[in-house]
Amino acid sequence: MYPADLRYTKEHEWVRVEGEIGTVGITDHAQKELGDIVYVDLPKVGSAATKGQTFGSVESVKAVSDIYAPISGEIVAINEALATAPEKINEDPHGAAWLVKIKLGAPEEIKQLLSPQDYQKYVEAEAGH
Amino acid sequence: MIKKVRSHINQNEGLVFERSSPGKSGYQLPDLDVPAVDAKQVLGAENTRDEIADFPEISEVEAIRHFTRLSTQNYAIDLGLYPLGSCTMKYNPRVNELVARTEGLAWAHPYQPEALSQGAMEVMAALEAALGEITGMDALTLQPAAGAHGELTGILLIRAYLESQGNPRKKILIPDSAHGTNPATAMMVGYTVENIKSNDRGMVDTEVLERIVNEDVAGLMITNPNTLGVFEQNIGQIAGILHAKGAQVYMDGANMNALVGITRPGDFGVDVMHLNLHKTFSTPHGGGGPGSGAVAVAKHLIPFLPKPRLQKSGGVYSWNYDLPQSIGRVRAFYGNFGVLVRALAYIQAHGGEGLKRATMDALLNANYIRAKLEPYYDLPHKAPTMHECVFSDDRQAKHGIRTGDIAKRLIDYGFHPYTVSFPLIVRGALMIEPTETESKDELDLFIDAMISIAKEVEETPQLVHDAPHSTRTSRVDEVTAARKPIVRWKK
Amino acid sequence: MRYLPKSDLERREMLSAIGVSSLEELFSQLPAEVRLNRSLAIAPGKSEYDIIEYFRDRGLENANGYDSFLGAGVYNHYRPVLVDTVVSRGEFLTSYTPYQAEIAQGTLTTIFEFQTMVCQLTGMDVANASMYDGSTAVPEAAMMAVRLTNRDKIVVARTVHPEYREVLATYSQHQKMPVSEAGYNSQTGKLDLDDLARQLDKDVAAVIIQSPNFFGVVEDVKQAAELAHKNGSLLVFVFTEAVSLGLLRPPEEADIVAGELQSFAISPCYGGPFAGIMATKEKFMRQMPGRIVGETKDTRGNRAFCLTLSTREQHIRREKATSNICTNQALIALMATVFMTVYGKEGLRELAEQNLSKAHYLAGKVKPHFSGPFFNEFVVSSIGRTPEQVNEALLHKKIIGGLPLKRFYPELGNAMLLCATEMNRREQMDSMAEALA
Repeated sequence: MYPADLRYTKEHEWVRVEGEIGTVGITDHAQKELGDIVYVDLPKVGSAATKGQTFGSVESVKAVSDIYAPISGEIVAINEALATAPEKINEDPHGAAWLVKIKLGAPEEIKQLLSPQDYQKYVEAEAGH
Repeated sequence: MIKKVRSHINQNEGLVFERSSPGKSGYQLPDLDVPAVDAKQVLGAENTRDEIADFPEISEVEAIRHFTRLSTQNYAIDLGLYPLGSCTMKYNPRVNELVARTEGLAWAHPYQPEALSQGAMEVMAALEAALGEITGMDALTLQPAAGAHGELTGILLIRAYLESQGNPRKKILIPDSAHGTNPATAMMVGYTVENIKSNDRGMVDTEVLERIVNEDVAGLMITNPNTLGVFEQNIGQIAGILHAKGAQVYMDGANMNALVGITRPGDFGVDVMHLNLHKTFSTPHGGGGPGSGAVAVAKHLIPFLPKPRLQKSGGVYSWNYDLPQSIGRVRAFYGNFGVLVRALAYIQAHGGEGLKRATMDALLNANYIRAKLEPYYDLPHKAPTMHECVFSDDRQAKHGIRTGDIAKRLIDYGFHPYTVSFPLIVRGALMIEPTETESKDELDLFIDAMISIAKEVEETPQLVHDAPHSTRTSRVDEVTAARKPIVRWKK
Repeated sequence: MRYLPKSDLERREMLSAIGVSSLEELFSQLPAEVRLNRSLAIAPGKSEYDIIEYFRDRGLENANGYDSFLGAGVYNHYRPVLVDTVVSRGEFLTSYTPYQAEIAQGTLTTIFEFQTMVCQLTGMDVANASMYDGSTAVPEAAMMAVRLTNRDKIVVARTVHPEYREVLATYSQHQKMPVSEAGYNSQTGKLDLDDLARQLDKDVAAVIIQSPNFFGVVEDVKQAAELAHKNGSLLVFVFTEAVSLGLLRPPEEADIVAGELQSFAISPCYGGPFAGIMATKEKFMRQMPGRIVGETKDTRGNRAFCLTLSTREQHIRREKATSNICTNQALIALMATVFMTVYGKEGLRELAEQNLSKAHYLAGKVKPHFSGPFFNEFVVSSIGRTPEQVNEALLHKKIIGGLPLKRFYPELGNAMLLCATEMNRREQMDSMAEALA
């Protein structure tokens, strides 16, 4: 259900690692919880991301969700398309609606991320409460 | 069966700019009795503007029709009940509107000589005295323009006091049931916010409080009764815990309508609180404002009150600016005087006994609704209700219907919705505060409507899901409004 | 009691439905030690006629039927009759914040018109649905500039209204937002641009100027903006006399406009309630506090209006909100909207021209203290007497004179601030001139 090539966090972000670049987005679960996305606030290219700290936010009409960096490093690209079409996050959260690309500052952090199976279990457990 | 409303045609009306045509006008000024001066000459051409592009140009007739037609698209207290929780949408007495327009008061300039302002100052002094008696606090400031503004003032007072004691401290404790203005205010005064979870009765957990109050805590912001309409039974103990560690108790007075005449915050340990004159004291909401957020304090906070303060000496009022420890001004001039007039008129109309009777009727109305709706809607917190009750949409959620949908269906029945999804500690909250100025007839119609909707949820949920059906404007697309904001008209 | 619509019979029926036998039982859960066991010490309820008489008497203890030359942030202007007609309608007066768009299009539409007119007047792209007043809009604008620039210092002109500067000081004291002041040129009465330049450094988030300034003098807005922008700072433009916008060049170079609309049919009312405005450039919109109304469609495709961009606000963001503000001055803003509609494009200009002419007629007789161009206010120095003495003499003619400035600007000694609007008649101005002679 959750793409096998991604790794996940408990704050509902995903990471796709390709060489020294990690592409980051929010998961399908997150976009469902938020509802129609109306705005995305992304950091500037060149700024630093620190694992576990917020680097932006995603807004629906009635709620705001902070986005937490799943890995540390330098922001090398942001998805400009989201500025005019934030709804892409609802449509394709794991693909076209990536948020930022980070040049990995500490590759060992990848090991701490959740596998698709573990993330799936986590989401199901959360829903049960 | 919908009993309260039925369809009627009402006028379409666009924007005033869409009616404009060059040369149409709705005004006439008296003739100039002095020589006209050339603006470009006197101000400099670089300082003068061309015409105000696209500003309205319509006649008086069109203006009256424009606003009258638009007004008919609004719901209002004058039309019926607003069951909004913690808003205290009570009747706005019309004599208040008349007296606020008394010429000597309405045209008073804040800088006119004090000798010619004694009437206005007497009004403010009388209101300060009445509110002091009602709250049991030692002094008031009438400067803040609204509830949130009053909160800011109150937290600034706490900080100034603690600074004078040697340490302003670092954080403010706020229950998770609190209104959003509370944490936003704390941040503006340089404090961090620590949320306290409510206990299973929706009240502040004194054991948790005991653990977390230390010398880093500047104070607790508490609403009493809380946003569930429940009186904080342990308020005495709560105040004690804070005071023992030198911290202060701030009370958000939004729910004061449950307390007037039966108990007083000053008597149960509150150090500073704000009142919402546009809630408890009947001043009109006017579509979103103005309000007035009078702040009442205990003795030890008096030196820090905003300046100037009203004083009387030898029978004469004056403004005292000699307040070295004051936090300063929170706004220009003295306060929302026009609102203060209305609040005083309200208090005068009721008198001491009348205010208590109003409170008791407010409790009566809320408890009546609770008793009648309990068989149909989940009531997660069973503690005694004061002036408002909070249901949950759990039962209806099983049919795929949430509190927001029920609220929209209530519009078809001729009512304004209750407060949706607040407080956050109740899942799918329906927060209902009728106030004392609702008749039994109006309440029965409301109860009928809510029961009817509960049945509809089970039998024809789609009807509720897609509501409202009978309004001239159906559900609006808030998503597009937020994605592509259009916040002004352009030609 | 006439506002409590229940009979005792109905109360008994309701108590029975609840399952209690008396009203007192409804608060029996209150601990005994917090109960108030006496009546409130407030006089018994009055009749409507007694209330009217009480306030009539208070009104008579205030100035009645005086002519006035006071301005200084609160202005005497005619109020078109239509204003009270419209705001007295129960659907406007007694309605709530328009959170339920389906039954609040009246309020939402008029706010949208208000926002539009504010943009048209100020030359900004977007405006909010109003702030409490001009004085509190200023620190909100400063905090907005801090968020936008990630700098923390504010430089404010000393020619900005003194009480507005006091409010800025109160708000900034705990926000790590140091405020410094730039002085004025003692000849022209304008902001001293050199003094401003000296205070600009890489930490300055915003420069705050007012025009016409507190002395009534029109500032060199373009030059101030250039200095600010060259320094990477934002320009916050403040106004207290909204009528001036009918004639003066709008502050297009400003990044944020914060002002007061009291002149637009809002009674002076001893200082409030008024209506502040905030307006800004489109790119800064999401950092602007306060309610905003936007245009959209309903499910049937009809144009409709709704509150929007709510995620900036306290009820969603809570501690991360752009401000703690909850209210907008809706009813007061509506008064201004009706005023702007009644006067319209030509009217506001003619009104401003009358104000200009009246003040310049008076100035022609009493010689302004400053040389800078002015709109409807200016400073005069009384020679040989204090302003208080001058005003005392005028009171005998039932004229309230200008504002003595020593309390705010001690260096100006015996100066006072005079304002003449369309309401001041020639004879009064002649009397004023005589008194100052």
